[in-house]
Amino acid sequence: MDNDSELVHAAQNGDQRAFAQLVEKYEARVYNLARKMMRDPQDAEDVLQETFISVFRHLKDFQGDASFSTWLYRIATNASLMKLRGRKTPPLSLDAPVEMDDAGALPREIVDWGITPEEALLSGEVRAQMDAAVDALPESLRAVFVLRDIEGLSVQETADVLSISVPNVKTRLHRARLMLRENLSEYFKRAK
Amino acid sequence: MKHEHTELCAQLQSELPDYLDGEARAEICRAIETHLADCDDCRVVVDTLKKTITLYRNAPCEDVPQDVHARLVRVLSLVSTNDERINE
Repeated sequence: MDNDSELVHAAQNGDQRAFAQLVEKYEARVYNLARKMMRDPQDAEDVLQETFISVFRHLKDFQGDASFSTWLYRIATNASLMKLRGRKTPPLSLDAPVEMDDAGALPREIVDWGITPEEALLSGEVRAQMDAAVDALPESLRAVFVLRDIEGLSVQETADVLSISVPNVKTRLHRARLMLRENLSEYFKRAK
Repeated sequence: MKHEHTELCAQLQSELPDYLDGEARAEICRAIETHLADCDDCRVVVDTLKKTITLYRNAPCEDVPQDVHARLVRVLSLVSTNDERINE
């Protein structure tokens, strides 16, 4: 049994091995999402546990309107955002328009990095800078960027997970990419 | 070096999101590429934006540490046992 629908159906009917298979299949993806969203590894572990406890308790209510992975990402993202904001209800501000003022939207650092992504990824220092740059993003931009560009969800799936519009995802994604580019450009300029 | 933005550069910025995701219309792509051929600054910006996306998309996925996995399994087992007891 490796199809999500079959596993979910079996787990909904009390098959604990099917539930364990779902955990095994998605554990690393949820952990990665949480590690990128949270600064603290302990917080990421808390999000991982809270996500799967919530899945365990609410799986019987899952109707299959969205895919299981979209539903799971929604739970994990909400758990991350709630933990970041230290509140009990999910934040509602994600659908607020993003201000794209010139200062934030237009590039400032124009530096040829002088390195390919393949070479850059071999450096632990570059990877640490990449993580720091994601940490520095405002959380509403971070959630969109992590889901779309790190977890590889489509724009539509990202919109579904965050319950925001597709244009809103695109705007936030572009803003996040611009901020990351500025951050990494400054780093590569210093490193030259 | 700081970028001196022209009107064309600003116009390119607004079209970039769809261009970077391969969703821009053909005539927009052609206009962007024509501008990039003439504007060194915008070419660097677009190149480093593409590199930024590639970097994060290709970064290795972090494995779940064994102790983190073990604690998750233990917690889920406890929750399962506890919920069964409550439902009895």
